Amino acid sequence: MSQHTKVPLMRIVKRESISFWRASLIRLIGLILALAASAIVIYAIVKLNPLNVYVAMFDGNFGTEKRTWVTLRDMVMLLCIGVGLAPAFKMRFWNIGAEGQILVGGIATAAVMIYLRTALPTWAMLLVSFAVSCAAGAVWGLLPAVFKARFGTNETLFTLMMNYVAIQLTSYCVALWENPFGSNTVGIINQQTKAGWFPSLFGQQYLLNVIIVLVLTVLMFIYLRYTKQGYEIAVVGESERTARYVGIHVKTVIIRTMMISGAICGLAGFIAVAGSSHTISTSTAGGSGFTAIIVAWLAKFNTFTMIAVAALLVFLEKGAIQIASQYNMNDFASKMVTGIILFFILGSEFFTNYRLVFRGVKEAH
Amino acid sequence: MKKLVMFLVVLALIVVPFAGCGPQAQQPPAETEKPANTAQPAETAAQEPDTEEPVSKEDVKIGVILIHDENSGYDAAHITGIREAAKATGIDEATQIIWKYNIPEDETCYDTAIDLVEQGCKYIFSDSFGHQSYMQQAAEENPDVTFVAMTGDTAKLSGLPNFKNAFNFTFESRYVSGVVAGMKLAELIEQGKVTDKNKDEKGNIKVGYVGAYPYAEVVSGYTGFYLGIKSIVPNVVMDVQYTNSWYDPTMEAEAAKALVSSGCIIIGQHADSTGAPSACEAMLESGTTVYCVGYNIDMLKVAPKAALTSAQNDWSVYYTFALNCIINGEEIPTDWAKGYSEGAVKISALGESCAPGTAEKVAEVEEALKNGTLHVFDTSKFTVNGEKVTSAMAIDTDGDFVPDSEEAIKDGIFYESTIRSAPYFSLRIDGIRELNAG
Repeated sequence: MSQHTKVPLMRIVKRESISFWRASLIRLIGLILALAASAIVIYAIVKLNPLNVYVAMFDGNFGTEKRTWVTLRDMVMLLCIGVGLAPAFKMRFWNIGAEGQILVGGIATAAVMIYLRTALPTWAMLLVSFAVSCAAGAVWGLLPAVFKARFGTNETLFTLMMNYVAIQLTSYCVALWENPFGSNTVGIINQQTKAGWFPSLFGQQYLLNVIIVLVLTVLMFIYLRYTKQGYEIAVVGESERTARYVGIHVKTVIIRTMMISGAICGLAGFIAVAGSSHTISTSTAGGSGFTAIIVAWLAKFNTFTMIAVAALLVFLEKGAIQIASQYNMNDFASKMVTGIILFFILGSEFFTNYRLVFRGVKEAH
Repeated sequence: MKKLVMFLVVLALIVVPFAGCGPQAQQPPAETEKPANTAQPAETAAQEPDTEEPVSKEDVKIGVILIHDENSGYDAAHITGIREAAKATGIDEATQIIWKYNIPEDETCYDTAIDLVEQGCKYIFSDSFGHQSYMQQAAEENPDVTFVAMTGDTAKLSGLPNFKNAFNFTFESRYVSGVVAGMKLAELIEQGKVTDKNKDEKGNIKVGYVGAYPYAEVVSGYTGFYLGIKSIVPNVVMDVQYTNSWYDPTMEAEAAKALVSSGCIIIGQHADSTGAPSACEAMLESGTTVYCVGYNIDMLKVAPKAALTSAQNDWSVYYTFALNCIINGEEIPTDWAKGYSEGAVKISALGESCAPGTAEKVAEVEEALKNGTLHVFDTSKFTVNGEKVTSAMAIDTDGDFVPDSEEAIKDGIFYESTIRSAPYFSLRIDGIRELNAG
């Protein structure tokens, strides 16, 4: 009887460490493979020259100055929500309620724009909107946090349910403020006076959005990395028991962190309404509260890395829209390309952490 | 949920901080580098046509913003209209028209309009009412580009010279489709198929209407439809059930079922799906007497027995007119609305269930509408709170949604869509009941 154990053809082994260059190489290969795979699909299905399609994607994002600004605007929007989610997720508090927190922030801003349009000058309206949208978002974050801290409720379900409450609240407000009557839309608020709108800076409509979010990104980076509170978040996230052992008041940290997280998402609602759409509807958040979860996770809560991830996601989305319009396809074909590229990029992250060992190949240690 | 959390945890574990490496790092430099190169030619290109020489036919670029795609009957009618107009005027659809499908009625519409401007479009059309305020915003910021918000109503009030509205006399085709329904109803009475269940306490026969939203365009349409039926069968009343959506097959079907179960024997609709006719066909097959009249789409495919006809718009009439204006360097009028006289509205082919003699009656009514001897909103044909209407305002100028300016009634006729293109007939006349108006 031989003591032969069967060695599988291929095994997956965790990498101890990986050099920066090697990781970069893997990611580059991932991107090239992604483009190649998409090229095959594009050619097989729609018989277009893949190179032209990639040029179109680039055009869709940066083809004109305005497009570049719209791309930037959407990117910082996603980034802002990702930054808001970062502290909660780092604490292992699954806040999937960003969507609702954005909406209540948006409602608060729209309310200020509608009810105070004659009472206050625009700069004062912006300050008030800023404050009330943060407060509204904070309350939406606070509720699940208090229940989690006091009664140990499941925050994933709680924050998810809060989304639906916020969506219904938005529908109610849309019906309340609809213009014209019966149309079921609010339309552009203060179209003539532009009261409560973000002002153009240096002639750029969306520059203020970019500035606010970049400042926020830097502040959040510092807060998480260099402050005592940021450290407390990390410890609670790693192990609540350890946190309690070293004397951290876990309940306080949970409640405080979720208020911050909710407030930033509420702020995103403020930027969305006052700084970009100038209207409110149930599509104001438009799913970006969920997309931002990918941003936060892929960047592993590093707010600077989030810039790159948010840029990538927005680039793919805008590219898909452009392909659809330019080649008269419907969006589904172009979304397949987006899916393929994302798949390969996630895949390359796997290979920076693991490697494959084949049967018969000597393992070098 | 646990699975989702585990998935996220696993996702996090396999991710290493990217900090300045690989594929992602290639994005940010691209942002700062390329736009500078590409933006330059685009800008100069955009400025060249500014000089006041008329645009040559080959150079004109047209943008089209659609709320859905060709799968929706409403949008398909616009797409067909534009294609036919392009063919008739010699504009090359492939190179000169940029289509934007599935644009929701929110800020996406504004972004899309701006993007079309950037691509060199000098004329931009949007097909849905809710696009209007975003189109207006874009018009204000781009005075050298003409924006047409189809079915919109604020062009005149906005005072912007480059912002336009257009509509059809849809109330006319609704009236004619009502005549078709009335003929059927008369036949059903003769055959003894109208039972007590189909009548209200005063003995009036009940018909139903599935409407989208309670505002003028819908009110004008269902009133036209009702008056069409009434011109054949005088003792009818109509119940209107709103769905609060332009396109919701399930809700439209539910609304139709609710109306039929309360006794309605004919179902009309102002909503964009085949929901109501499909439901009527199923009910007819299971033994309930009910027939329906659709909108935009020929419903015979989904309801071969129950569907009588559909009120339709022929948008090619307007688009051909507008494209000709563009080619000839003439200004597109601020408001445009036409009906049977120009062939801008019609009804679809009559279904097999239509009563004998319907085609002749339809031809007669259409001719009367064409030559102006028949007016849909003749105030001698309806009452409000039991009284004849002698005065009604058309336009709301102060934003309280109550019309306060421009008399619409002249010589006993309410002139719809002549003061502005979008319908403004919003009188609630006797005999029509809104079941769930906000």
